[in-house]
Amino acid sequence: MHKAWHIFQLGLKEMLSLARDPVLLFLIAYAFTFSVYTPSKSAVMDVVNASIAIVNEDNSEIARDIRASMLPPLFLPAAEISFDDINHDMDTGKYTFVVDLPPKFEHDLARDSKPEVQIVTDATAMSQAGRGPGYIQNIIMPAVQPYWAGAGQPESRQLISLDTRGRFNANYQQGWFVAINQVINNISVLAIFLTGAAVLREREHGNIEHLLVMPLQPFELMFAKIWANGLVVVVAAMASLFLVVKGAIGVPVEPSSVPLFAAGLAIYLFSVTALGIMLATLVRSMPQFGLLAFPVFLVMILLSGGQTPLESMPVPLQKFMQLVPSTHFVAFSQAVLFRNATFGMVWPSMAKMFAIGAAYTVFTLSRFRKMLAAVQ
Amino acid sequence: MDSPAGDSWVARVSGVSQHYGKAVALDDVSLDIPANRMIGLIGPDGVGKSTLLGMLAGVRKIQAGQVEVLGGDIADAHFRTEVAHRIAYLPQGLGKNLYPTLSIFENIDFFGRLFGQSKEEREWRIDDLLVSTDLAPFRERPAGKLSGGMKQKLGLCCSLIHDPDLLILDEPTTGVDPLARRQFWELIARIRERRPTMSVLVATAYMDEAEGFEWLVAMNAGKVIGTGTPREMRESVGQPTLEKAFIRLLPEEARRGHREPVITPYQPSSGPPAIEAQGLTQRFGAFTAVDHVNFRIERGEIFGFLGSNGCGKTTTMKMLTGLLPPTEGTAELFGRPVKGGDIEARRDVGFMSQAFSLYTELTVRQNLMLHARLFDLPDAQGKARVGQLLLDFGLEEEADTLAESLPLGIRQRLSLAVAVLHEPQVLILDEPTSGVDPVARDGFWQLLIRLSRENGVTIFLSTHFMNEAERCDRMSMMHRGKVLAQGRPADLVAERKAPNLEAAFIGYLEDAAKAESGPAPGTEATPEVHIPPPEAVESATETEAGRFSFARVWAFARREAIELRHDTVRLAFSFFGPLLLMIVFGYGISLDVNHLTFAVLDFDQSQASAQYTDAFRGSIYYDEKAPIPDYQELERRLRNGELRFALEIPPGFERDLIRGRQPTVMAYVDAAMPFRAETARSYVQASTSQFEQRWRQDRGIPQAPQPIKVNTRALYNQSFDSIYAMVPGDIMLLLMLIPSMLTALSVVRERELGSIANFYAAPATKGEFLLGKQLPYVAVALIQFVSLVALAVLLFHVPIKGSVLTLAVGGVLFVLASTGFGLLISVFAATQTAAIFAAAIIAILPAVQFSGMFVPVSSLTGGAALAAKIFPSTYFQAVSVGTFTKALGMSTLWPKLVWLAAIGAIYFGLSVLLLKKQEK
Repeated sequence: MHKAWHIFQLGLKEMLSLARDPVLLFLIAYAFTFSVYTPSKSAVMDVVNASIAIVNEDNSEIARDIRASMLPPLFLPAAEISFDDINHDMDTGKYTFVVDLPPKFEHDLARDSKPEVQIVTDATAMSQAGRGPGYIQNIIMPAVQPYWAGAGQPESRQLISLDTRGRFNANYQQGWFVAINQVINNISVLAIFLTGAAVLREREHGNIEHLLVMPLQPFELMFAKIWANGLVVVVAAMASLFLVVKGAIGVPVEPSSVPLFAAGLAIYLFSVTALGIMLATLVRSMPQFGLLAFPVFLVMILLSGGQTPLESMPVPLQKFMQLVPSTHFVAFSQAVLFRNATFGMVWPSMAKMFAIGAAYTVFTLSRFRKMLAAVQ
Repeated sequence: MDSPAGDSWVARVSGVSQHYGKAVALDDVSLDIPANRMIGLIGPDGVGKSTLLGMLAGVRKIQAGQVEVLGGDIADAHFRTEVAHRIAYLPQGLGKNLYPTLSIFENIDFFGRLFGQSKEEREWRIDDLLVSTDLAPFRERPAGKLSGGMKQKLGLCCSLIHDPDLLILDEPTTGVDPLARRQFWELIARIRERRPTMSVLVATAYMDEAEGFEWLVAMNAGKVIGTGTPREMRESVGQPTLEKAFIRLLPEEARRGHREPVITPYQPSSGPPAIEAQGLTQRFGAFTAVDHVNFRIERGEIFGFLGSNGCGKTTTMKMLTGLLPPTEGTAELFGRPVKGGDIEARRDVGFMSQAFSLYTELTVRQNLMLHARLFDLPDAQGKARVGQLLLDFGLEEEADTLAESLPLGIRQRLSLAVAVLHEPQVLILDEPTSGVDPVARDGFWQLLIRLSRENGVTIFLSTHFMNEAERCDRMSMMHRGKVLAQGRPADLVAERKAPNLEAAFIGYLEDAAKAESGPAPGTEATPEVHIPPPEAVESATETEAGRFSFARVWAFARREAIELRHDTVRLAFSFFGPLLLMIVFGYGISLDVNHLTFAVLDFDQSQASAQYTDAFRGSIYYDEKAPIPDYQELERRLRNGELRFALEIPPGFERDLIRGRQPTVMAYVDAAMPFRAETARSYVQASTSQFEQRWRQDRGIPQAPQPIKVNTRALYNQSFDSIYAMVPGDIMLLLMLIPSMLTALSVVRERELGSIANFYAAPATKGEFLLGKQLPYVAVALIQFVSLVALAVLLFHVPIKGSVLTLAVGGVLFVLASTGFGLLISVFAATQTAAIFAAAIIAILPAVQFSGMFVPVSSLTGGAALAAKIFPSTYFQAVSVGTFTKALGMSTLWPKLVWLAAIGAIYFGLSVLLLKKQEK
């Protein structure tokens, strides 16, 4: 089969070009190591390492007990500040939470006169402000029991005991989610920019025109780019999944889910490299490509359900995001890597990714010659 | 040879050697070049001519040896800056140092500004140059739309605007048609008449041109093999023409068994013609590039196309190869119509485009092997064929060199080798020998003749060399899309009674020009140009070389801005892109969790369990799904993602509740997305408490006593509406990412396209250049900033509660930093691809994850905390949220502003440090 052979040869050339650009290779390595590991350890959207300070207006022992029970990973070691510092420290973002224990706190507890504890929250820290006060309350309540006159009374018991179980990630490890999400984001950025910029570069240098005078069809050029760039990304992403996500971060990736994930990844890469090539055929120069591809990529990382929940978005936007392959890949990856979903459960996502990729491909091929005419 | 004494040397070179990897470009060259002359540099391709010229112009770094230009050491950076306004340099390649989207006037004006000329001075100088080069009628035409000859004239105008004492031209007429070439040299002669003290140094591949120079330097293999006047050179080896003399001067091995190509008469063959075109026409909009062209080329014939630049030769060839579908008319190869999708027909055709179109990142051998494989040659056969081609085209030495580091002439040879690799029946060659040295050209013609006469290959080529056109069996002269004359070269000469083909061709051209409506350029009334007395001129140009000059910064900035203004697509993207994204993000990015899907596995089926489930109904937080019959289903529906959580109500729930036996309700939460799961968990807890409260109320049970009252005060954003935190964050995100992406291509693009040579040759500092590059993007980013803030206030109703001034100062400092970041990437990256990729991948992580937009900066640890410190996005996020939502002002936020300013300055300083002012 000559065509397959051509696609193979052109793809090899693609890899050779890539190997010649050390800056690019370094960036790929950076993308799948540092930019996966660092955010997963630190930048998690939850009450993790939350900064907190306590104002002890009572000068009592209780404050020490409360401070001692503010533990990592939820909280950074709690600081003790004075009442006058509250505003300034909140303004500068030094602390996200401040707990104010009123004067005569211990005294009032002992008399069961219900002293008022104030929890001040920086409500611009959206990922922590919502749940933080609840956690803090859950820490304070048991801590004040020994000082409270009303402790141990029967009516203070809850009527229902609620037992919550986190499935698929029993300890609600936000870092796991961030790590996988970063891998997905980097797959998207690599696929779009590598292929798109490569197409544009070849166009600016006249390579594509040259190839089209040879016995080659546009689809051979396109698929060569797709398989070569796709393979590079698959290898880098799988290496990152095993070495960084599983190895260094410790996400329990089930070996049984790996083949299914790899298959889905391959389909995703097909669709997203096709997207990169499509974007490259819509513009005339590299700066224009950057300006078009960047917003597309930003939308993909911020609105596909990886950074914020998809359900929180307005319905029309949710519908629109169904046309973007990353939305399906995020859903697919979460299902396969966390919930250990079977092919039977995720095939619709896979089919949609494939259909989107095919649509991009058909559109691009229909424009290939027109795009060449536009270069002159 | 006369040797003028003392200061009458324009340049002295001693012991200069230059290596690129293993390749030797210059090998211990010593040479004194006399001043006030027209000096030619001749020699085969890749012998170091361009390297030497680049050194003399000060744009190329000298590895070893001494080069003295205009009485100073050119290796000294201070001297270079000082002397830059006395030197002009036109690099190799048609229009390579021009800016294609700028008009003729804007191009020259940029150079004038670069050399600190006043408005009046620039005006008369540009008028003068345009009139003397006949470019005046095309003042407003973009440089990219000019023909090759006009491009070179424009390049010359740009070089001459500052009255240089030394004009360095690197193959200025390669690829330029004969008429334009003749005009070009007439122009140089006129300028030299006016400025007799100007020295001109020219590298050329045309020996007929060199014949007219005053003094020649012949080079080969990195060495000077002879100097003298053309006559001295001819006479020293006893040859009638310089071309022949030069070949004789070369050492034996360099001649590669050179023979004058001898052409045998063409024997017509039977059968259909190889190429036939009838009424072939191509229109681009209103412009007709090719106008009803007819020709018929027989099998095995060598057919030449001669014509001015931009006359439609290339377009005709593209139509023959199927790259461009004709607007009208037909083209046939071997009796079959040419179709774009006809794969098999392409096997019969070898095509070589005018511009080098092979892969520059592959070696010579790799390029050839790739094509062998793409033409389905079996590997063994392919290797043999490639080996033979390397030999035939004299490429063995360069076989493993990257194509990007090959000189022009050798690249052309490689392209030719690729075109003939698959032994096609028809060769379509667009200026195949442009820039190729005489020896290689003759060798190439021998090969063509062999292909044509022995193998019956039909050859269709375009050329600017008259001796090549003379060798063709038949030829066609083209002008402005039309064929002027067609026939055997000798017949065409005879028909016009011209002394030679060149005269005949120029005669045809001049006739055609007269026939056209209106007078030909140059003959129309030339506007009066007022040239001020020389004293006034001197004072204007001699100012402030070497010192920091805002005029030069402005020259760079203005040029970049004009380019941006001409690119309407980019401009529209940069203004509307951020606004659109802001709208999408403003509505789309929300950390509010609602519409959680859930279902109940109710083992009790009692009134109480129904009441409990009721607590989860009628709220936007939940979406109830069909009840769950058993555990298996519960597991399955959680795993396939249908449910975000599932509630299990135990048997005897109602009974235990009434008896106070504290029944246990299980809530299974899908924790794959922990942020959502934690929120779901707290919602379930709250709903359960609500149910309890109502239960107690309904039954008169006292509410559970609490030890303390908890009062939660949400500062800055009482309603917990994420829009007040997210919209200021969106502004930060977009101002970090889009301006840095815009700026990231600025420098690397000039480097990739070649116009960076202007900066190398200009009397400008690195700081001036970079600041000029940065300013237009700062302006664009500021407009983005203002429009994004307006959008936040007017559309999203997020008010600026704090100090507007602080926000404004922060915005200015931030866009300086984010464009500075782009600049740094642009200086560092080797290719545009790498730059665009680096801008995306490096900026996004700190901007999204470490800036404080989603995660408070105070919670970051380790590498993330460090990345947050050295990135401007963190500081501006604090300013943006601070002024919008936290109602803060300068008194709290000033340290952030100081950081922003410092980071911007550091990025800029690093860029200046990393930028090179010379080529390696």
